[in-house]
Amino acid sequence: MSLFDVFAISGSAVSAQSKRLNVVASNLANADSVAGPDGQSYKARQLTFQAQPMPGSTTPGVTVTGISENQTPGRRSHEPAHPMADAEGYVTHSNVSVVDEMVNMISASRSYQNNVEVMNTARTLLSKTLQMGQ
Amino acid sequence: MTQPLTSLLDRQGRVLELLAQRQQVLAGNIANADTPGYKAQDVDFASALKQARAVQTAAHSAHLPLAGGADGKAAVVFRAAEQPSIDGNTVDLDRERANFADNAMRYEATLRFINGHVRTMLSAITGQ
Repeated sequence: MSLFDVFAISGSAVSAQSKRLNVVASNLANADSVAGPDGQSYKARQLTFQAQPMPGSTTPGVTVTGISENQTPGRRSHEPAHPMADAEGYVTHSNVSVVDEMVNMISASRSYQNNVEVMNTARTLLSKTLQMGQ
Repeated sequence: MTQPLTSLLDRQGRVLELLAQRQQVLAGNIANADTPGYKAQDVDFASALKQARAVQTAAHSAHLPLAGGADGKAAVVFRAAEQPSIDGNTVDLDRERANFADNAMRYEATLRFINGHVRTMLSAITGQ
């Protein structure tokens, strides 16, 4: 039954978008951090989405295939008194762009809402189909 | 040769099946709205319906109608992009949502037709 597949498809999208929100949360939380666990400054992470064939259905869902790190150099500021300052007195901050992340968050949240709406519609249609002929 | 009482019901059932398939394809489009390189798909509804009708009318009146197309599903086609984005994705979310709402409405309308038909048949059977 194809209407049931809507839940699998939209469910995969909701899960992918929530992972994206998680990454945005991590990026925003680390926006002001100067050093990660490895002693390097935090690099903004980004997810890669890919269409994924669903079992028994021709319409693909979506899956997260990987996390990539933004390799642009982080912002550097001259703070010689800072404990993480290097020999020249510069502190390397994370390369997170807060504006980009906010845009990403809004986009992920809207996509999440869209897919929840799709599932609600499918649920309504299925329950009406169940009442057919009564 | 009079048509069997349930012939309309068969056709409505086929329409319901096609609408459910289109709903699924549109859900796939909305799910992949952020996937790079994804091409928006749609069901060629008119030709699928024509095909379903042809199968029903081509057979001899005494034959039982087939379940529709070869696999009982409509052909899925790629939609032409109006504003293709730089990542190769051709999903227009506004249009998808409009199509999705439109398709849900049609599905409910078909369900109402079926319910009305069932009620008509019931009143014919009970003879009131």
